[in-house]
Amino acid sequence: MKDWRYWLAEQRGTLLAFGIFVAMFILYTSNHQAGFTANVVQTASNKGVLLAFVAMDQTLVVITAGIDLSVGMIFLLTNCVASWLVVGSPVETAFGVVVVLAVGLLCGALNGAIVIYGRLQPIVATIATGAIFFGIALLLRPFPGGSVNERLADALTGRLFGFLPASLVALLAVVLVVWVPFSRSVYGRAAYAAGSSETAAYMSGVPIRRGKFAAYVLAGLLSAIGGLFLTFFTYTGDAAFASGNAYTLFSIAAVVLGGVSLFGGRGSAIGAIFGALAFRTIGDLLFVFDFDPLWQPLFQGVILLVAVSLGAFALFRVRNRLEWFL
Amino acid sequence: MSDTGMDRIASKMPSFIRRSDPAVVTAFACIIILLLVGSIYSRSFLSPEYLLQQLKVASFLGVIATGMMLVILLGQIDLSVPWSVAAGAMMACAAAAYGPMGVFLAIPFGIFCGVMIGVVNGIGVAYLRIPSMIITLATNAVAQGLMVVYTGGFSPQDSATGAMRYLATGFAIPGVPNAVLIWAVIGAAMVFALTRTTFGRAVYGIGNRERAAYLSGIDTRRVVMIAFAVSGGLSAFGGVLLAGYASKAAQSMGDAYLLPAIAAVVLGGTSILGGRGSYLGTVAGVILITLLQSILSVMQMPEAGRQIIYGVVIVAMLLLYGRAPASR
Amino acid sequence: MDGAVPLFRMEGVSKRYGGVRALEKAELSVMPGRIHAILGENGAGKSTLIKIMAGVVAPDEGTMTMQGRAVTFSSPAAANDAGIVCIFQELSLIPELSVADNIIISNPPTRFGMIDRRAQRRLAEAALARAGASDIHPSALVKDLPLSRRQMVEIAKALARKPRILILDEATSALTAADVAKVFAVLKRLREEGLALLYISHRMHEIAELADECTVFRNGRNVATYAAGTKTDNEVVELMIGREYSHIFPPKTPLPSSDRPAVLECRNLGWTDRLNDISFSVRAGEVVGLGGLDGQGQRELLLACFGVLRGLTGQMLVDGKPVALGSPADAKADKVGMALIPEDRKTEGLMLPMTVRENLSFAALDRLSRGGIVDRNAEQAMIDDMIKLLAIKTAGLDIPVGALSGGNQQKVVIAKWLMRQPRIILLNDPTRGIDVGTKQEIYQLLRKLADAGAAIVFYSTDYDELVGCCDRVLVLYDGAVKRELVGPEITEHALIASALNIQDDNAGMKQGAHA
Repeated sequence: MKDWRYWLAEQRGTLLAFGIFVAMFILYTSNHQAGFTANVVQTASNKGVLLAFVAMDQTLVVITAGIDLSVGMIFLLTNCVASWLVVGSPVETAFGVVVVLAVGLLCGALNGAIVIYGRLQPIVATIATGAIFFGIALLLRPFPGGSVNERLADALTGRLFGFLPASLVALLAVVLVVWVPFSRSVYGRAAYAAGSSETAAYMSGVPIRRGKFAAYVLAGLLSAIGGLFLTFFTYTGDAAFASGNAYTLFSIAAVVLGGVSLFGGRGSAIGAIFGALAFRTIGDLLFVFDFDPLWQPLFQGVILLVAVSLGAFALFRVRNRLEWFL
Repeated sequence: MSDTGMDRIASKMPSFIRRSDPAVVTAFACIIILLLVGSIYSRSFLSPEYLLQQLKVASFLGVIATGMMLVILLGQIDLSVPWSVAAGAMMACAAAAYGPMGVFLAIPFGIFCGVMIGVVNGIGVAYLRIPSMIITLATNAVAQGLMVVYTGGFSPQDSATGAMRYLATGFAIPGVPNAVLIWAVIGAAMVFALTRTTFGRAVYGIGNRERAAYLSGIDTRRVVMIAFAVSGGLSAFGGVLLAGYASKAAQSMGDAYLLPAIAAVVLGGTSILGGRGSYLGTVAGVILITLLQSILSVMQMPEAGRQIIYGVVIVAMLLLYGRAPASR
Repeated sequence: MDGAVPLFRMEGVSKRYGGVRALEKAELSVMPGRIHAILGENGAGKSTLIKIMAGVVAPDEGTMTMQGRAVTFSSPAAANDAGIVCIFQELSLIPELSVADNIIISNPPTRFGMIDRRAQRRLAEAALARAGASDIHPSALVKDLPLSRRQMVEIAKALARKPRILILDEATSALTAADVAKVFAVLKRLREEGLALLYISHRMHEIAELADECTVFRNGRNVATYAAGTKTDNEVVELMIGREYSHIFPPKTPLPSSDRPAVLECRNLGWTDRLNDISFSVRAGEVVGLGGLDGQGQRELLLACFGVLRGLTGQMLVDGKPVALGSPADAKADKVGMALIPEDRKTEGLMLPMTVRENLSFAALDRLSRGGIVDRNAEQAMIDDMIKLLAIKTAGLDIPVGALSGGNQQKVVIAKWLMRQPRIILLNDPTRGIDVGTKQEIYQLLRKLADAGAAIVFYSTDYDELVGCCDRVLVLYDGAVKRELVGPEITEHALIASALNIQDDNAGMKQGAHA
């Protein structure tokens, strides 16, 4: 086989997610009453980018064969922190942004420490830390409120050159600065290896623990960037439990749509980003087709259910039934 | 798997305590401490009326946690609790609007809806081998979607039937709330199922080592399926009782029960990895959580503080009891 | 050996697992530029020796030196750093990563902190070429490759680590004949480059072709080291025989007349590439052994009979009637009445944290219950019978079965199936890692069960047991029955010779006896 065919096979999940997204987006804009305008694209991208950041968080953890059920809560917590701190003079604002990102790193580090060094199951550990993060968020914002440096917010949620959504550019920048270096570093490789086969990784002398820990920490950072952008869009901090839960759930849907294996070791954050954008677009399709928005949660739930069930087809290839129980 | 420090402490205790699970003993010790702390805040804390009231509140969580325990014993988890609870409540109330037959069938119909959610979970976990946390999250979302569509996004208008109210708030035996009786009956049934039936043995066997259970000729898939169906049904029944308690169902009434249910089971010493745990521990966990909630509200602790304390307590207890064995 | 300094030397190295000694004062010298073959039957200590050299396990005593300097390895990575690289039987490749990723995984080339993909690609291609596997694309995912290609990647990965000592543990077992030839060429070239190679294989002709010298292990000791070609196959087999036994086997009952109908019969059984056209039958009262080297399809055959494997070809008959078993639940149903004592009692036979009582009655609960409710009196009565029958030593019925000794745990596994009074009993190496006393009891029990009319299929890695216990032995090689030994034909010599798939001249005259 030629090189490009291997590349194609490796990127299949990502390309599929990209294809779904493009198809859905065309369907969406061509039926949108305003059509394919800069405004429509900007709104769609602003909504999609939020989920994309959270989905990137989920990808990093899922690659290590874990799961992060606290993503939505890190997202809320950093949103609430930002609504206090990302205000005032440029220096104060910059300081605020740094603190918000540091909070995200810390949340990720806590998850990673508990799961890797505390040897707890990721599910329960992150549900519990999620409660802690939500509690702190609620402490900071018992009621929706606060503000944000609007100049910065408008710059990052507006358009560049009149047509390019700034949030998309920011997403691209984060991919280049966080995801690409990580996925190509030794630790990124270790995270993949540990997720695919921890025993084989150990036998090969891979730094498993440090790789996994790095994945959790960076995951927290990505959710924090998401939280920051949420503040930029809404100008407020709001510890809304239901919204946090929804983002956690959607992040899993995005990851699955993006071709990331829930059993670890395979997938890319780029795929998850397209998964997130596609998931958002599918959800919004109902609006342009004049469906009652009431159907949206059901529709999104069914997409998730179908997406996770599709993975089960690999099961029929198993020839030794004992492999079910590995 | 238990911590050596705990073993050392345990060895200094009387033998009848030493024989029991240190987690259960710790949970009961915590209950006593909470009661003492609570009595400092308020004299009425130790009065029989107050304690009975706490037990009544605990029984709703108790019913839900019973199903959760069954699933956790298998080494799985049920994250569809929130909307199984809400669906049970809403569907029971909804059925009540359809004439006398609807009123009569309200409770069974509510439970049936929960069982259906559980069956979907069970098919996903047992037959498609989708990780339980994923499939149960997905069914939770679908159940939510169905309920949103049904209610039109508003609080449901139907109110609970008389029977539901009677079950949740009435007194069949003077002085003993019906909710407590129901929890006692369900608890007794679960203890019986876990200790005396082939199903219970299979649950523990699968939780310990599904491979060995399968090679022993157990239909492990059917057992897992049934456990999820029971969990869904009990969650829905919890919702039915809650609706009876509040006279009607509410959109997000189940949200407040997922974490406490898991916490109650885990704090009661049931291993999150499956295969180990007693119902007595879950009872202790449920009472502990309920008392904790009650004290925090007596102390006027805001919701934020409660969430943080839950999270910290669960992580701390898991680090004590629930760690996976060290690799190499 | 011509006065050269050994590259690696091990002296007085011992290792025990629990009460079982795996290696006893082993000595080994490895010379640069030589291929050194290690021989020995199952359980002779070869794999322990390798694991110690590769840093996977630590020895209890003894010293290891490299070029005269004392060394200890705390992990596989430490052994790698010292220049010892091992290709294990269980593959150490990461399935979701590409071939190139896997080859350079322990020491990737980096630029600015990131893995340099171009350099990685170059290194991987070079390693693949060196291993004679240029047909493998470096970008292919390991999980998409067939087993034989993965084995080649494993070899390339080992070469990329620039070893000074390369250990190959059954490295050719999954390879095609063409690959074997290529690998041999590579190994010979490496020898010329001055590497020391340790070659573990059960294939005598491979050793004859490759090795410069051979060391035979028996009972965890090295019993002989000789230059290759100075001993005949039969002399080698003689060296491998003679494990120290103090076993006493129960007398075999004269075979039931062969017109007695078969209880279990397999016709042309096949499964993927692991089982190949296997036909045999077992009659009531008969103990049929499965012999051959470890991993020749014996485990799969037992699992296939027990309904665990999917996609079986061929036919299975019980009492002369075709059956299709889709699960162990089907296999244990009364009309079949089969039981399997699985390979690993800790993960497949028992639930270690559960009590002795719960484990004993686990497989027979359907018989001990009415309407799903366990009849505790019936359970107790039957458990009491079993404890007595097998003389299980336990401090009580309500302690975790994990607290019992290995031998008693194994007795619980057997007892849990005897509670169903099975008619067909499959045993997968039931005496592995248990004490001599319990082994004897198991031999007695097997004969007793056979005499009571059970049909028994008995796989053992211990040839002496097959000699002592079996009425017939099927010797498997590469997933097929290579030879059937009946009655007096079953000798340790014949078993080893046919397991190694070499001509057994001692038994040549009896060759025609098998049908």
